[in-house]
Amino acid sequence: MSDPIVKISGLNKWYGEFHVLRDIDLDVTKGERIVICGPSGSGKSTLIRCINALEEFQEGEIVVDGIELGPNLKHVDAVRREVGMVFQSFNLFPHLTVLDNCTLAPIWVRNIPKKDAEATAMKFLERVKIPHQANKFPGQMSGGQQQRVAIARALTMNPKVMLFDEPTSALDPEMVKEVLDTMVDLAEEGMTMLVVTHEMGFAKEVANRVVFMDAGQIIEANTPNEFFAAPQHARTKLFLSQILR
Amino acid sequence: MTDIMASSYVRQDLVAERPAPVKTTGFVGFVRTRLLNSPTNILLTILGLLLIWYIVVPSFKFLLVDAVWSGKDRTACLAENVGHPVGACWPFIQAKSTQLIYGFYPEAERWRVTLTFALGAVLLLPLLIPRLPAKSVNAGLFFFAFPAVAFFLLHGGGITGFGVSWVAGLLQLFADSISGAGAVVVGLSKTSAAGPLLWAIGSVIALIGTLLHWVIFPLTWLRDQMQAAGQGPWLDFLITAVVVSVILFVLGGGARAGLRPLITSLATFAGIAAVIKLMGLDHGGLPIVDTRLWGGLLVTLVIAITGIVASLPIGVALALGRRSTIPLIRIFSITYIEFWRGVPLITVLFFATYMLPLFLPGNFTVDGLVRALIGVSLFTGAYQAENLRGGLAAVPRGQGEAASALGLSWWKTTSLIVLPQALRHVIPAIVNSFISLFKDTSLVSIVALFDLLGSLRASFADPVWTTPSTAFTGFAFVGIIYFIFCFGISRYSLFVEHRLNAHRRN
Repeated sequence: MSDPIVKISGLNKWYGEFHVLRDIDLDVTKGERIVICGPSGSGKSTLIRCINALEEFQEGEIVVDGIELGPNLKHVDAVRREVGMVFQSFNLFPHLTVLDNCTLAPIWVRNIPKKDAEATAMKFLERVKIPHQANKFPGQMSGGQQQRVAIARALTMNPKVMLFDEPTSALDPEMVKEVLDTMVDLAEEGMTMLVVTHEMGFAKEVANRVVFMDAGQIIEANTPNEFFAAPQHARTKLFLSQILR
Repeated sequence: MTDIMASSYVRQDLVAERPAPVKTTGFVGFVRTRLLNSPTNILLTILGLLLIWYIVVPSFKFLLVDAVWSGKDRTACLAENVGHPVGACWPFIQAKSTQLIYGFYPEAERWRVTLTFALGAVLLLPLLIPRLPAKSVNAGLFFFAFPAVAFFLLHGGGITGFGVSWVAGLLQLFADSISGAGAVVVGLSKTSAAGPLLWAIGSVIALIGTLLHWVIFPLTWLRDQMQAAGQGPWLDFLITAVVVSVILFVLGGGARAGLRPLITSLATFAGIAAVIKLMGLDHGGLPIVDTRLWGGLLVTLVIAITGIVASLPIGVALALGRRSTIPLIRIFSITYIEFWRGVPLITVLFFATYMLPLFLPGNFTVDGLVRALIGVSLFTGAYQAENLRGGLAAVPRGQGEAASALGLSWWKTTSLIVLPQALRHVIPAIVNSFISLFKDTSLVSIVALFDLLGSLRASFADPVWTTPSTAFTGFAFVGIIYFIFCFGISRYSLFVEHRLNAHRRN
């Protein structure tokens, strides 16, 4: 196995007195797809939000592509440039067109000329299959289309790792598929992905590893086959019996 | 099973002819369905008619029908000479129009005011029309070049130095005040119980002041040499142009980023040089017109536009400061906002005009108009900050997170993502403050500045035009002027709102 692209060691986080993340250790190798699942409040979103420093943490260390991110969040900008993120509520910028949403960061963070940035953005919009909507505003699109734009927007920064924070939870059932298809395409191209989701079908199809969290800890991590066929921990068994009917 | 639901149906009896329903279209229809369709609406219609009868009709009569349109003095506007009750006395306005526009601005110099108005209009109008190109050049000219040109046009006077002298002067003032503070503390040590401690602190402060004097010595020396040479501001100007251009060139990325910043900078300085030459600023400029002579619409517009342009950045800074995680900035912003909001504008103006000179050092005076400008800007800035805070609160947290996740810094996130959305939310509130500021400029008349309303009231004292309707005419006229400006601002803001909120329409 090669060096991990994301290495989380001894991560601890408290919200006030509440211990949200407890001694998290997780290594992600390049090209690996990890699905993180668990009951609500188990700290899965908090965990991936720590990776690009949207949440601060008190103990431990996260190394992304050789860049260290300690509790003082010193290299936060460098890390964020390497890590793309897709949110549950899309968080597209409503006052900018789809195209401007996708060119903003390349222009202002990477100092890429506008023309080149637009060309790149169109390439990614084609990849998520909405190039013809480039001049619309996000509010004029369906939820599924918005989430695909959000994926394209993250990709324009050429991230080495993509984080997905429940990307399909805010979508109508009909639109879940189009977003998941986009993510499957992305996985097939070899993108390193950390996905917090309840889509167990996606986990089975795409993930190299499924990580189950509860009460701020990693309870179980295994290949999808093993994880779904023979869960080891009692909490995992209970969880799976609840969601797989 | 009823007949309707049966699959076969045969009509048994034919429908008889009926009269047409009550008319619902056209004027009669409108009156029936909109004005007289219920007892409440009948009552409201009657009230509306009464309102028109008692307010609109008399106003129309006063302003147009019964008005006197020409004449040379009060006799033209007296009922016994006209032969019917006299409405507005328009010749009065005609006779006083220059005073209402220019105040006591010397007659020979009034072209300068007119030219300033024209320049302002020529620069502002294209800025307001979105379709026209070169917005950034236009904005730069209006917000930076125009105020400077307007100052030298309206106030007059020239310059003896440029950037180097100004920077040297500022730094010297800074160093002097530090030395002064040190001397004051040393002075206190003679009478205080904690004498030695105060003496030590005072000496350290004074030492820092002296050190600063030494550090800036090359700059002040250079300035003094240039002043002594008596060559006017040109050498200073040249040095400033070279230094600023080089700094911009290096900051802009040097040769790698191309010559664009250098060319922009040089073009700007060439423009400044042209203006200096054209207005003769290098040898004295135009004759100085003291601001005490300014008046009328000129003062109203100067205060309103300065207030509007200056208050928004102040408001933005304070609103962001109030949300800051740095306690010192947050506490400062909150204190500032609450202080200015808790004090009436009249008090602010009184304080700025009559009490501030008591606190400032004897040789340090600030022009009366400038004091009012600063007071109005700071006051409105606090209100704008609160308006904006509402807008900032309405931007979801996820917006900032998404921008951060893309790698944008706090400044870029704020200026590209958060502020544009926040401002769009609060356009009505901001414009509301602008309009209220525009009308509040009339308060400066209590600190001996003659704005439009003040000039009008001054003109009432003229015995040549004392008639029963003079005051009504004057107030009606000034009211119409204020209304035109405020209504214009209001309509334009609706247009902007509609345009900027394109993303909310589906």
